[in-house]
Amino acid sequence: MLNQCFLILGLMVVVSPAVLLAVLGTASLVGLKISEQTSARLTQTSVITGLTASLTILGLMLGTGERHVPIEVGHWVLIPEESFHFHLKFVFDRLSVPFAILSFVLCGTIGAFTNNYLHRERGYHRFFVLYALFLLGMIVSSLAGTIETLFLGWELVGLSSALLVAYFHDRKNPVRNGQHVWVIYRIADAAFLIAALTLHHLTGAGDFDELMGTGPWPEGHATISQSHALFVGLLLLLAAAGKSALVPFSGWLPRAMEGPTPSSAIFYGALSVHLGAYLLLRVSPLLELSVVLSTAVILIGLSSAVFGAVAARVQTDIKSALAFASLTQVGIIVAEIGFGLRYIALIHIIGHACLRTLQLLRAPTLLHDYNDFENAIGEHLTHEPSFWSRWVPVRIREWVHCLALYRGFMDDLLKAFVVRPMLRLFRWCDGMERRWTNFLSGESDPAEPTKMEKRESLEEFV
Amino acid sequence: MSELHLPWLELSVLIPIFGAIVTARLKNAGYSRLVCLVSCTATLLLTLGEWVDFVALKSFAAHDHWDVLAMMFQDQIFVIDELNAPLLPLAALLCLLTVLSTLRTKQRRFAFHWMLISEAILLATLSCRNAWGIVLLLVAAVFPVWLELRQRGRTTQVFTFHMALFVAALFIGQALVDLGYLFAGGAFLTFAGLLRTGIVPLHCWMTDLFEKASFGTALLFVAPMTGAYAMMRLVLPIAPEWALQSIAIVSLITAVYAGGMALVQTEARRFFCYLFLSHSSLVLVGLELATPIGLTGGLCVWLSVGLALGGFGLTLRCVEARTGQIDLKRYHGLYENMPTLAAFFLLTGLASIGFPGTIGFIGTELLIEGAVDVYPLVGMAVVVAAALNGIAILQAYFKIFTGTRHHESFCLRSRFAEKVAVMILTVLIIGGGLYPQLGVASRYHAASELLRDRSDQLNFKQKSRTAFNTNLNHDH
Repeated sequence: MLNQCFLILGLMVVVSPAVLLAVLGTASLVGLKISEQTSARLTQTSVITGLTASLTILGLMLGTGERHVPIEVGHWVLIPEESFHFHLKFVFDRLSVPFAILSFVLCGTIGAFTNNYLHRERGYHRFFVLYALFLLGMIVSSLAGTIETLFLGWELVGLSSALLVAYFHDRKNPVRNGQHVWVIYRIADAAFLIAALTLHHLTGAGDFDELMGTGPWPEGHATISQSHALFVGLLLLLAAAGKSALVPFSGWLPRAMEGPTPSSAIFYGALSVHLGAYLLLRVSPLLELSVVLSTAVILIGLSSAVFGAVAARVQTDIKSALAFASLTQVGIIVAEIGFGLRYIALIHIIGHACLRTLQLLRAPTLLHDYNDFENAIGEHLTHEPSFWSRWVPVRIREWVHCLALYRGFMDDLLKAFVVRPMLRLFRWCDGMERRWTNFLSGESDPAEPTKMEKRESLEEFV
Repeated sequence: MSELHLPWLELSVLIPIFGAIVTARLKNAGYSRLVCLVSCTATLLLTLGEWVDFVALKSFAAHDHWDVLAMMFQDQIFVIDELNAPLLPLAALLCLLTVLSTLRTKQRRFAFHWMLISEAILLATLSCRNAWGIVLLLVAAVFPVWLELRQRGRTTQVFTFHMALFVAALFIGQALVDLGYLFAGGAFLTFAGLLRTGIVPLHCWMTDLFEKASFGTALLFVAPMTGAYAMMRLVLPIAPEWALQSIAIVSLITAVYAGGMALVQTEARRFFCYLFLSHSSLVLVGLELATPIGLTGGLCVWLSVGLALGGFGLTLRCVEARTGQIDLKRYHGLYENMPTLAAFFLLTGLASIGFPGTIGFIGTELLIEGAVDVYPLVGMAVVVAAALNGIAILQAYFKIFTGTRHHESFCLRSRFAEKVAVMILTVLIIGGGLYPQLGVASRYHAASELLRDRSDQLNFKQKSRTAFNTNLNHDH
């Protein structure tokens, strides 16, 4: 009976955002007009259903003392002869339940806020389709019981994030930034996929219960060797660094603030930015196996925290300042995970996500309030010089300022040493191919369109 | 061999030929389109019928009822088996959707009768299991495209040069195989197959074709991946394992190279060409791994890429029909003008890279798993290729559909026929993604049978060679 209850409630948690996405997505694809009110009601219903089911599961777990409730959906794909299976399984435990509840609470708040914030905006429905995609991705990632299921949710979150950064797609900058975010996410996804496959090979399954030992989170113990743990762990760390904007991928975080404020709040302030930390928490038994891996996690976390703290001080707009402040906290959370402080990291995530959502939602009206405040007191607010400014030489301060202003030159270094050489190589290949086809065809440049082809536009034709 | 209940295979080849004859005689482009549409729909229904009939037989291979070709040539020419059963409806569907999405303003420039002839040759190639039959049909498929290039007044040298090499390698290879020189014959056939699939550095004809032929013709020439089919039928049964795995590595290099090249393209057709090249190379990687998982992945990705990139190409064609040649150096801002096409562009693009919830997801997972099984480190290149393709797709989406809004002089939204095409493909892409087990199980069964067949043939050849050597020793 209890198991039946858990199964029904567990499915409700996952199905409610899926239904929301199906309804909004289909309507958008077939061109069916849904009123703003209907969109808002559907979103509310979905979030409330999912949240109620999650809270009920939490209540039942607390009441019965269950610490680990697996919900077996079954094999999505099964080839028994080759022992290949794609197992759909969701797990409710001390890590996933708080994260799922946090996702529903914050998404619900943002949904209600956005309903007014984007009222009569042209992209209102587009926002809610991407919002539904994000919510589904977050819930699937939070509750994933297998590494493949986690990857599924991880990808949904990535796509919705990149498209929401480019939400104001009439302007080039948001679009370029959306593309930048997508590139980093693809690198992170590739690392994640390779790690998932390697784990599959090492253990013969993608189930977290088998990968990370049999004990409920956080007491599991991984059974793979130290060297394997280091290899897989480093790949997962790379994936987490991409998703959570840790060093050296921090450049995308302020760029992501080009999106509408509610999406910035929910994705880069609250949920998406913590997904990397969540992944590290989920695979934390791996970290125990390798000191080198734990050290790498701590170093990346601390360097991200320091970088975020320094960069936040030179930002000239509030959203970017908040983005780097988020990075500081996420860096500290990652360092906590590296030190093995799992419960503290989880509590830190929840607290930080709630605070940052509030701050980002408050950001658009803050300047207005500052003006009112200064008008009321009749003078500008003054800032006391910091402790460091009194003791550190000007030259070093200037150098640090420059470093912070250019975001540690991380984007520039990645562009100079990775992106540009690669693009230059492919452009050279493209040029050589064109020369070869020109040589064969005896044409000057076949890629150059003729005047007739240029006039093929339907509007000009009509 | 089992027998189907009707002559589905022969009818599915005859109907487009009949349609082509009628279309060629019509002067009115509107009627030509209508006849072409009816022929393509009838052909699709016939191919679906033969698939259902074949599945109901629960056999690995079957031939037509009243098999006229078998009576004429004393051999089973047209055979349906686990490999080609889903490929035939896929090819027919792509042809139908191409006609369906051809705008009325473009119908005068699109050669419907040549398209129907190409469809008949394509379906005949995919139905054929006889080696020389496949060789002749592959050669025949080149001519409608070559003639179209001539009719458009474009230079054919690049296409002619590569296709001449292809035809020569095919004929020499098959002749050598027939004479018993399996190694040399296999090498020539492999060269032909790689050239037709567009493996680097034999791929330049493909970009040239996309630049010079009509988009529909170029798409239908490459999307059904007849080169890969030829490799499966002609090379897989005779090639040793090391040769197949070498082909897989070359294909893997092509997949990464083409993925990178797609990133730097400034013209939409060339971009699509490289994107397709990268994906078709990935299919070839799976097919040549010669392991059950890898081959299953290859066969699954073949179908998903056919559907997804077919839809992606058609969307690009629809946009191009409205805006003219698409320059990827600037932002076009077309989202508000054609939101359905924008959403479909993204959906098909993501499906092609194996995004979760779409038809390509499980196939890509299987493919990567198969590649990593055989080459633990090199196999990771599949992931790199998928990542590059993903970046290229979103970049193209942003370039075409975002930017300062394009203010149209009249409505550019998708027409009813285009919406029908979009919805059919969407249902297949999402449906196949949400319920993949049926497709994967069928492809796994096909892969197992193909590998068993290959091992039987290799054993038989080994035994024949041993017996021949023994006889030779006795004679001495």
